[in-house]
Amino acid sequence: MLTFVSTAFLFLFLNRNNPNMEKGFEEIFQDKIDKEIRIEPKDWMPEKYRQTLIRQISQHAHSEIVGMLPEGNWITRAPNLRRKAILLAKVQDEAGHGLYLYSAAETLGITRDEMYAQLHSGKAKYSSIFNYPTLSWADIGAIGWLVDGAAIMNQVPLCRNSFGPYARAMVRVCKEESFHQRQGFEILLTLSKGTAAQKRMAQDAIDRWWWPSVMMFGPKDDESPNTIQSMKWKIKRFTNDELRQKFIDVCAEQIKVLGLVIPDKDLKWNEATGHYNFGEINWDEFWQVVQGNGPCNKERLETRKKAWEEGAWVREAASAYAEKRKQKQSLHAA
Amino acid sequence: MSTEIKNEWPLWEIFIRSKQGLDHKHVGSLHATDAQMAIENARDVYTRRMEGVSIWVVESKFIHASNPSDAASLYDPANDKAYRHPTFYDLPDEVKNM
Amino acid sequence: MDTKTLIDYTLHLADNALIIGHRNSEWCGHGPILEQDIAITNIALDMIGQARNFYQYAAQLSGEGATEDSLAYLRDAIDFKNNLLTELPNGDWAQTVLRQFFFSTYQYFLYQQLQNGADKQLAAIAEKSLKEVTYHLRWSSEWVIRLGDGTEESKRRMLDAIDEIWSYTGELFIPVNFELLTIGDGISIDLSMIKISWDKKVKAVFEEAILPIPADTIWMQSGGKEGKHTEQLGFILAEMQFLQRAYPNSNW
Repeated sequence: MLTFVSTAFLFLFLNRNNPNMEKGFEEIFQDKIDKEIRIEPKDWMPEKYRQTLIRQISQHAHSEIVGMLPEGNWITRAPNLRRKAILLAKVQDEAGHGLYLYSAAETLGITRDEMYAQLHSGKAKYSSIFNYPTLSWADIGAIGWLVDGAAIMNQVPLCRNSFGPYARAMVRVCKEESFHQRQGFEILLTLSKGTAAQKRMAQDAIDRWWWPSVMMFGPKDDESPNTIQSMKWKIKRFTNDELRQKFIDVCAEQIKVLGLVIPDKDLKWNEATGHYNFGEINWDEFWQVVQGNGPCNKERLETRKKAWEEGAWVREAASAYAEKRKQKQSLHAA
Repeated sequence: MSTEIKNEWPLWEIFIRSKQGLDHKHVGSLHATDAQMAIENARDVYTRRMEGVSIWVVESKFIHASNPSDAASLYDPANDKAYRHPTFYDLPDEVKNM
Repeated sequence: MDTKTLIDYTLHLADNALIIGHRNSEWCGHGPILEQDIAITNIALDMIGQARNFYQYAAQLSGEGATEDSLAYLRDAIDFKNNLLTELPNGDWAQTVLRQFFFSTYQYFLYQQLQNGADKQLAAIAEKSLKEVTYHLRWSSEWVIRLGDGTEESKRRMLDAIDEIWSYTGELFIPVNFELLTIGDGISIDLSMIKISWDKKVKAVFEEAILPIPADTIWMQSGGKEGKHTEQLGFILAEMQFLQRAYPNSNW
């Protein structure tokens, strides 16, 4: 079978200037995906697949980078040295994850600077969750437990997505991510066993982060037009609603350990479906935040832009120095 | 913006030997102005959890790759040379240590 | 030498590591390029790790329920013994890498001696930390050279940074009580020896960076090791200690 595919591919390659052949390529491409064969950067791929991937991977990368900011807020205020070191390592991991993902996108023929330009101009999006503020230390716990928890639900299946560099980057991300959620839960657990003030802090954080986390999975399936194509290409492996339900089911159990409350009066175990029922999501809020009206949209983007612009002279100087040294060396060699 | 893009630090491919005795394995890429910086960046980016004992860096533009559409002519001919594999040979059970 | 003096010396080493680590950690998420954001955060993490080791030892020597956190979070500026250099604001990337270079050079030669010092615990921490500091020194030297010999703008910024920071380097080599009283026992290190090595290293790197060494007539600031700080430290502590102060006796 493999031999057949390759021969067919060769045939198509030899006829690659024939416009009727595009369809043939696409069939072979889809055939590979159906057989769980990874697509690699130099393989033929439909332009739409490439563009969708660039958008998805860069959005993911931007989310990691912008996501450093709300948590980064608390590095200098972490309540003890152990927490300070953990949080610093965690936020640094996010920089690493952004970097892995930008690298994966770069294999598709876009540069990191171009992706930054899209982020800074507002053309590229990032996860809306990071447009919410971190108001107390408990938010660091809630982000770890809920936001990272939701992210992991999304990311684990992506380790098997159809594009090789993206899948490999996700394997690395997931491996490193596993401590993030645990540290968040541990923070909340400690607070929930602490003083009344600490308990209040923890509940307040969960109250504020719960719904935005549930929204992280994106619009309902029937309002998510790209899902079918993305599933077919295996760059998305479960629908938004499937992942959301899974997340809610898991959290509804974990909250019991904390002895705190999820702010949804409709959250209730449903024997018939084997899942938790949950309340109506405020989609108005979701779309408002996506469109830039969240509490911190402006602030986050400005901060990123500022860091990038203020770093320009540093990047230029390093390039200039490397160039000078190269010239010196070649002069020396001559 | 255009000058920014022109000045982007070159891209480097990173290979890490995770343990003495193993091959260097491609782990990803990053940006750096020269080889030395690429090695140091790789140390900071890709070995934060003691993943490596040795690092190779190659500027991405110097990597030459085979063309996937040549895959048939390059790799398929090996398909029918099963005699290159030890399991091709049927030996009696009495023959040990071979 | 009494235990109090040894504790003070240990706290001095700890405070230095914590405060410069805290400063570097402020870069996390704001670096000039992702790779270097990760690099400086690694240095911050190393420094906080070193601080914890020294604080834990100081806590053990202190007894009376002291912990690494009570020492870091419940002392006020007057009790902090870090060098002024470590608390200076980050400024731009030039100022940060220069501060790191001056400090890493100092730490490098200090730990080289300290790892053979008479106090076994301090020696062990120094030995372990020296590996990290060797890398910090390499990283920061390279950046000083790169910026000094990079573009006109980077050179100008390095010159400004030297102007800004140089007068805080003298204090590194002026011994105070807890050093003078421990040096006889071979616990602390003769700072005049460290200064010779420091001068030599700084001169070599500055030469390569084509940067001038300031005149030795420049007035040097001091006082950090005796609790007389810049205005900066109060703000650092206000931010760092906020939770411990606002919610006393809580577990985190």
